[in-house]
Amino acid sequence: MQFGFLLEQVVNGLVLGGYYLLIALGLSLIFSVGGVVNLAHGAFYALGAYLSVEITRYLGFGPAVVISPLAVALLGILFERFILRRFYNADPILSLLVTFGLAMVTEQAIRIVWGAAPLSASIPPVFRGSVILGDFLFSRYRLLILAVVAAALLGIWLLLHKTSFGRVVRAGIQRPDMVAALGIRLQPYMTVIVMLGVGMAAMGGAFFAPITIVHPAMGAEIITVAFVVVVIGGLGSFWGVVIAALMVGVVRGITIHFVPAAGEASIYVLMFLVLLVRPRGLLGERIEKFE
Amino acid sequence: MTRCSRRALLRASAALAGVSTFEFPSIVSGQTEKIRIGHLTPLTGFLGALGAYAQLGIRMAEDEINQAGGVMGRQLDITSEDSVNPATAATKAQRMLDQDGVAVLMGQISSASALTIMQVADRNKRLFMQIGARSDALRGKNCNRYTFHVDIPSTVMVNAVGKALVRDNMMKDKRFYTLTADYIFGHDLARAANSFFDANGGKLIGDELVATDVTDFSPYLLKIRQAKPDIVCSNLAGNQVTNLIKQYAEFGLPYPIVGFNLNTADAWAAGDGNLSGTWPTVWYHTSDVPASKTFVANFIKKHGKPPENHAWIEYVSLKMMAQAMNETKSTETDKLIGYFEKETQFDILKGRKGYFRSWDHQLMQEAYPFTVKARGKAKDQWDTLELGAAIPGPNEPLESIALTKEQNPCSM
Repeated sequence: MQFGFLLEQVVNGLVLGGYYLLIALGLSLIFSVGGVVNLAHGAFYALGAYLSVEITRYLGFGPAVVISPLAVALLGILFERFILRRFYNADPILSLLVTFGLAMVTEQAIRIVWGAAPLSASIPPVFRGSVILGDFLFSRYRLLILAVVAAALLGIWLLLHKTSFGRVVRAGIQRPDMVAALGIRLQPYMTVIVMLGVGMAAMGGAFFAPITIVHPAMGAEIITVAFVVVVIGGLGSFWGVVIAALMVGVVRGITIHFVPAAGEASIYVLMFLVLLVRPRGLLGERIEKFE
Repeated sequence: MTRCSRRALLRASAALAGVSTFEFPSIVSGQTEKIRIGHLTPLTGFLGALGAYAQLGIRMAEDEINQAGGVMGRQLDITSEDSVNPATAATKAQRMLDQDGVAVLMGQISSASALTIMQVADRNKRLFMQIGARSDALRGKNCNRYTFHVDIPSTVMVNAVGKALVRDNMMKDKRFYTLTADYIFGHDLARAANSFFDANGGKLIGDELVATDVTDFSPYLLKIRQAKPDIVCSNLAGNQVTNLIKQYAEFGLPYPIVGFNLNTADAWAAGDGNLSGTWPTVWYHTSDVPASKTFVANFIKKHGKPPENHAWIEYVSLKMMAQAMNETKSTETDKLIGYFEKETQFDILKGRKGYFRSWDHQLMQEAYPFTVKARGKAKDQWDTLELGAAIPGPNEPLESIALTKEQNPCSM
């Protein structure tokens, strides 16, 4: 029975990993292509959650989880065009500072618009409750999130590996100079990457709003875990981030099973161990511009 | 680019410095000096949402007092800041005393930060009205002469809910599984809860410590399901409670859930139809005491939403402090302590007046258990709780729900 319980935690951890993945994948893509550590990524997640709660009031849950990420993705275009673009070739500390500043400005803006008190949000009645498959208990709503994550993941993978767009992006990660020599400007590609990245973060926010507290600092809370995932996964690697997200979810679940109080610390211990053995992260590639 | 002469700039700033040194004090001394009050409360982190209400409450009391002529003819001036964490809270408290010239310190929701500010108050021999932190230890083994505590302590919350559970046949021989916030407040609450279980025949079959920054409770919920308890019980705080309530409803576990700590903002944020069970509160805006109704109406007029219990408690706290200063005609620490220690009765917008018990400086007041209103019964999105009868009952002394001298190791 003990083994069954543990297995249940592992499966639940995998589902939770999917939840982290939505945030971490965009963060990793933006860093890999643009060389910018986007500390404002959590802010877009929070915006996604707030917009979706607001839209749900008027149009219902379905439209909200579609419109909110799209709206934030459009904001992402402005973000790339007017802010990020100036920092691709600058000292990394500058982009750190500017995105950190943007994260704070967004958090305060949320406070001004929606107030400091958390917003109330619920799961639509259809998705309430759990399903029991064999010995395992799944929240119906989390299965929905899992399906959405899987679809998003497939979409991004196809985009990166099966389209000419993806070929340029992947080449841009490794050898931006060669891409430039071939006469291809990376900037429009970067706009799309940022749009996708922050849109996914917002989608995460929209889907998590009904199950976590929606408050101004929610972005700052999620960004730490997302970073851990990106660092463990390694830069420039799609599958690295996927595996890392699932690992983080599983390790946290197993730790909580045995030593509940150490649950949150466990993911940092995992990061420490992975970096000891593989300083570039699990599947991190050697990227010349970052060496 | 225009070239600004460095000398001109230096001259200008020297002149400005001169002006500020010599002229501003003479302006200030021409006015009646304001009474400054240092206010610290968490505005960020897992208690930040509650702190936001706390600020609205104390600001409202400040405005009302100042519009009515102030205290001893002087205006109150509240400096309110985010206490952030225990270390920063202590640093800011010390700075407020040293540099900002505040007469007294007020505020707090976090028991951990309250504890460090209490030490600052003790070291500096200055008054600290500790408003919103609930750990027993603050008014117990850590109590000191300079601190007065307004909010109900852990044990009172446990008694309020525990008695309701005993009445509803949900205590004797029932198997409880608790989740506990992993810091001083949670540990304290768990201790109080466990002694209540022991005394009333409840059985504790599992207790998990939960870090304050946990947002995902799914692994804990699985453990609860595996343990198959009769009742799940929350000893959590702030955002933790909201997250637990939301995810408990998400997983739809069949065990009833109750809790020994909840603030109404946490309940409001939980979302429609997610909260259930019996919980404690110190005050709720639907209370039908006339003075409370006036306060609620004024608050809604000003902020467009009803006050949460931290708004109420900060409001009555500043009113108590103003009353003490007016009556003693002083802002001196010793005189104020003497006034509170006389067990002066204060109107705190409840059915019965409250007073600070002289030997542990804890405000004696009513508390309430509440249950959740049935679907469709609520008048609006705020009207979600069904307030139970005040405890203690009208014929019992207020002290009957507080810790006794034997239970409370406070000596000043």
